[in-house]
Order: sequence, then C-alpha cells, then structure tokens
Amino acid sequence: MATADGGAYSYSLTVFSPSGKLVQIEHALAAVSQGTTSLGIKASNGIVIATEKKSSSILIDDSMIEKVAVICPNIGIVYSGMGPDFRILVTKARKSAQAYWKIYGEYPPTRVLTQEIATVMQQATQSGGVRPYGVSLLVAGFDVNRGPTLYQVDPSGSFWAWKASAIGKNMTNAKTFLEKRYNDDISLEDAIHTALLTLKEGFEGQMTEKTIEIGVVTVPTIAELEEGKVGGTTGRVKPTFRKLTEEEVRDYLAL
Amino acid sequence: MSIMDHNGGSVVAMAGKDCVAIASDLRLGAGAMTVAMNFEKIFPVTDRIYLGLTGLATDITTLRDRFRYLVNMFTIKESRSIEPSTFAHLVSSTLYSRRFGPYFTEPVLAGLERTPSGGFKPYIAGADLIGCLNFAEDFIVAGTASDKLFGVAEGLWEPDLGPEDLFETISQTLLNSVDRDAYSGWGAIVYIITPEKVITRTLKGRMD
Repeated sequence: MATADGGAYSYSLTVFSPSGKLVQIEHALAAVSQGTTSLGIKASNGIVIATEKKSSSILIDDSMIEKVAVICPNIGIVYSGMGPDFRILVTKARKSAQAYWKIYGEYPPTRVLTQEIATVMQQATQSGGVRPYGVSLLVAGFDVNRGPTLYQVDPSGSFWAWKASAIGKNMTNAKTFLEKRYNDDISLEDAIHTALLTLKEGFEGQMTEKTIEIGVVTVPTIAELEEGKVGGTTGRVKPTFRKLTEEEVRDYLAL
Repeated sequence: MSIMDHNGGSVVAMAGKDCVAIASDLRLGAGAMTVAMNFEKIFPVTDRIYLGLTGLATDITTLRDRFRYLVNMFTIKESRSIEPSTFAHLVSSTLYSRRFGPYFTEPVLAGLERTPSGGFKPYIAGADLIGCLNFAEDFIVAGTASDKLFGVAEGLWEPDLGPEDLFETISQTLLNSVDRDAYSGWGAIVYIITPEKVITRTLKGRMD
C-alpha cells in the first residue's frame, strides 16, 4: 500500500498502514533526503559537524542563514530538511537545556539533551493535528561523563550515537566516503578536512566560507575541567562547542 | 516558638582530608516533650552523599522521600550516580519551587565529589528553608542547636583531619552543643564518608 503518494494512509494523522509502516514518517524522511547534506565526524580530541548552506537565489543575504546552532555551551546541532521545523526544535532544545540548568546548576549531558529532542520529535508522530518534523539532526556535544559524543536524531524520534554520519541529499554517498576515510585515531584537524572533502563530493557550485557552516566540539584538558568544576563557583562555564567563523572556514578551505 | 523548632533536632557536617563527616542527634519532640529518641535525620543519597534534614519532622520525611524519588529518576535517566554539587543544586531548586509555602527544613549535605582527574574532593553544603545554598570549606550547622554548634565547631575544627580525628571532632562538637540545647540530644549518629567506605557510629550522650 506504500505507493508514491502514500495512498489511503497519507493523512495528516500518522496512521499505521496494514504493512506496519507509518507513511507520514517515511514522507518526512523523504523531505530530509531532499535537504542539503550535513555530516558529523567524531575525532579523538573533538567532533566536527558541517553542512552546506545553499540559497536558491544570489539575491538572498546568506549571512543571516544559520544551519549550525549552539544549544548550550557544550552542545551544538546541525540539520538536513526543513529550515522552519529546525528553528522550532532549536528553540525547544535551548529551553530544555536552560531548564536543566535551572534545576541542576549545570548544562545537560549530550545524551540527555538528545533524548529530550528525540522525545519532542516522537510526540509529533503520535499527537493529533500535527505532522512529524521534517528534519534529521546531528547533535554534537561534550560532557564529563561520556566525553565527546555525536548523535543522529530522525523524524521518527529514534536516535543513535555515531562515530561519523551524514544526513540529507547525498547521505548514502557521503556515508560510503566516510566509511573509507574514517579511523578511530583521527585528529580534529584531520576530521575537519575530511568533513570538507566529503561535502565537496556532492557539492553543487563553489565551496566558499559563505556556503559552508562548521561547528566543532573541543575536548578540554583535565586542568581546564578542574578549573571549571568543583566548589561553589558561579562563573560561566567555558564553552566546548563553538561555530567556526567565516575566516576560520576560509582558512580550512584554502588548505 | 517557630515551627522550625517544634520537633527539635540538629545536624552538623564537617570536611576533612579526603573525607567528610555528618552527624545528628536522635531526638524527636513536640515542643518541650520528647516523643522519640530514635528519630534519624540523616539519609544516604548515593554511596558518597549523605543528606541531613533539620526542622519540622513531617517535612523531613516528605523531603527524604521526594529526594529519593528525584535521585532515582536522575540515576535511571542519566545512567550515572549524581554528584554532590549537582545534588546540592537539586536540593536548592526543589526547595525554591516552594518559595511561598516552604518546607520547614534546613538541609545539610556532605559528600565526596569526583574530580576530573579521577580523585575525590570533600564537598559540604547547607541551605535555608527556601534553598539558598551555603558552601563551606570547614563545617555546616543547622537545627535548634545551630548557634551552639557554630561556636563549638569554630573552636574544635581544624583543616586536614583524617577520618578518625574528624570523627572525634564532629562527635565532640555535636555532643557538647546538644547538651546546651533542650530541644536536641538523646543520643547521636555519626557518618564518616571516605572514598573506600562509610563508617556509621551511634553515640550515647546525656540521655536526659
């Protein structure tokens, strides 16, 4: 019954088809695979997440498009799929991180935040009057319990931890490319270059600092961690996730 | 008389060298009348954190149950045990969520915080009834004998005490303070938390 248009089960409400599929979720995944490519690679001393930022017209001011979002000082996310849906999830994720901070006085571990986002996305597959989110996410973060971790969240609300993954238009090719390139002791610098190389595979047009966005997690040293925690300090924590500036992206592209 | 003093009872926590101690009396009263002499006010949160609650007895038991629930949920959700500094903030936000109809308790917590390099650091903290945290490097007092505890602890505590010396210091501090307080006493219980183990000892004081 899973015809191209979804057939009789293609309502706005997510309903099981007799074959056990949720056609609305498959449609959402189709929306994701039409979106621009994003990828993430976990290195030995950090994580890189990257995406291509393509605008449909040269007249669009692309300096205000933001596809890599900082959620809290230790977590950042990137998406493929529908921009407006992503914006809503970013807002919810940021609120969730701040709510956690208000209770525990620290920012959530990557896994907990990821689970929170995944729950929001799952709820959209089971509630009335809504459609599933048309995005897949890559969540990169650092916490003292699990170190640097990279998660992927899908419209169904399922999530996995990856060493490297890609989502969006060229995800199959990009993943094959990453499988060939990846090894466990890759450094962050190498990972950034691998990320750019992978993006270049399916890139349409010119790859510049204007059409690429990169976010990195850097693993702090034990001395830095020791400084940041323990005791009743009220100072701000040193961020472990940050977005690369256009200048930094340009430098990486030049190499 | 304040509702905080109705049931009586006192708790004190002290930091030592790679260890912490927390101790309380065992009295439960109703005003000047003693009702029970086995009312424990200190509860294990994890194997490295102990929480002492002074104030109104009914709120002590309610909060004990509530923190057990919250910490169990945390442990399951995050698949790790909670750290003292995180738990201190949980205590604070839980109490402040009842800002305009508070639990009438002043919590004291003692624990060993895991450091990023893998060691342990003594961690003690106290809060008022609406959750204003008070961190200290030396000791924390609370309860009907808190003013006496303050004075004695100020005189007896010294830095870098080992587990046995810390036990002696906290025991003497508590026993001598509750002897000067009609609402605390009737024996005491002391917990010494070290990275390897927790030592529990019950003490007899002036049982009158």
